[in-house]
Amino acid sequence: MNKEKTKTVLIDSFLELIRKTSAELPPDIITALTYYAKQEDANTKASWAVELMEENIKLAKEKSAPLCQDTGSLLFYVDYHSGLGVSTLELKSAIQKAVILATEKGYLRQNSINSITGKNEPSNVGPSHPHILFEEQGEEFIDARLILKGGGCENVGVQYSLPHAPLSAGRDLEGAKRVILDAVLQAQGKGCSPGYLGVCIGGDRSSGYEESKRQLLRAVSDENPLPELKHLEQEIVEMANQLGIGPMGFGGKTTLFGCKIGHLNRLPASFFVTISYMCWSYRRQGMRLASDFTISKWHY
Amino acid sequence: MKKLNYPYTQEAIRDLQVGDVVMISGKLFTARDAVHKYLYDGGRSPVELKNQILYHCGPVILQDARGLYSVNGAGPTTSTRQEPYQSAIMEKHGILGVIGKGGMGPKTLEGCKKFTCVYLHAIGGAAQVLSAKIEKIVGVYLKDFGPSEAMWELEVRDFPVIVTIDASGSSLHEDVKKHSESRLKELLNIR
Repeated sequence: MNKEKTKTVLIDSFLELIRKTSAELPPDIITALTYYAKQEDANTKASWAVELMEENIKLAKEKSAPLCQDTGSLLFYVDYHSGLGVSTLELKSAIQKAVILATEKGYLRQNSINSITGKNEPSNVGPSHPHILFEEQGEEFIDARLILKGGGCENVGVQYSLPHAPLSAGRDLEGAKRVILDAVLQAQGKGCSPGYLGVCIGGDRSSGYEESKRQLLRAVSDENPLPELKHLEQEIVEMANQLGIGPMGFGGKTTLFGCKIGHLNRLPASFFVTISYMCWSYRRQGMRLASDFTISKWHY
Repeated sequence: MKKLNYPYTQEAIRDLQVGDVVMISGKLFTARDAVHKYLYDGGRSPVELKNQILYHCGPVILQDARGLYSVNGAGPTTSTRQEPYQSAIMEKHGILGVIGKGGMGPKTLEGCKKFTCVYLHAIGGAAQVLSAKIEKIVGVYLKDFGPSEAMWELEVRDFPVIVTIDASGSSLHEDVKKHSESRLKELLNIR
């Protein structure tokens, strides 16, 4: 395949990944959200909210239009194979071009602001926009995953440094539990609850946030290999759902519909717990590209 | 369920209470971070805002070859960032309502009471359900702020919201926050 043809096919594949991520919630997310939403009593503010959420999920898919007008930060995770004849520079260029086209087509909002001038840079391409993380892997395909994370939920993400005296949170899993639940409390409805947490225990200031977001790539059904973290994930959801914050913070039974927790090594002096909050409109998708760079399957 | 139809009046606003589901038909003006800061800093409003409703929203806008605009998604953005400005804008411009999401704080609560205004909560993330209620784009102002920050004048029909702060000084957000704080203390055994 010549370079020009490769580029065109790659752009088409990434454009479809962006479209699908922006307009369609993945089936595992819909199932989990619906399971919890059903717990709300009929004719309440909470049930009214979840009915509109469910209607929105259907409508966005039908219209192939953004689920949420805040099409968010674009976080690409690309696992590539060096033997396929396409470099990370070429992949980056194809992703940027796909972002520009997706913006023109209205799958993405003009969402990129120059932090110094305050001007909207309408192409949606700029420093860290989109954000791309490459990793080389051994198999002969490319896996590309995408998360669209809006500003409302991003703004309620938080990093705690343990020990944290106000919550009697020490440097152990009990301490982590306390600050994670505090993050849910502080978020109230502002992150568009019911939310879904990606958490990292350990790491440094930057790797902690990165890993907490990477946790959001795990399928809902993915079981934590560490029994103590698997237990903590369940405990967080159960306890958060006793806080009564509810959908959109209107009060109700469903405050969280999932939690995934990972860990990184830390320095003796540091013990960070980093929480990334994902809104109910949990937009993530992933595609596998065959050796001709067309989409061979969806991951979720 | 209640209806709120244009032209909006103080009487109609006083009738709205926390927990009421309201269908709005009439005019809305989008105003988010840039517009709020601009108005608060003394910028002149391009339209008369007296008795109008502001909508905390940065829509996805498409423009066709003839230059005509359409909305491709328009749900609410988080309101709390406007907390420093909102009450002053109520006072200066005489708005009757604010639509957003996530609730607002004590200054806005006080402003709603003092200047007869309500905070109407739309469903965050419901961009398609809500943009389907927009019948037309009437105009656009303050375009220099960019399409998602500009002030869009919209005509809506049966736009669904719920009252979470009313003009009598009640706030659902305060209640939920207090309740959830004490629940967490119980759960974690913090005195």
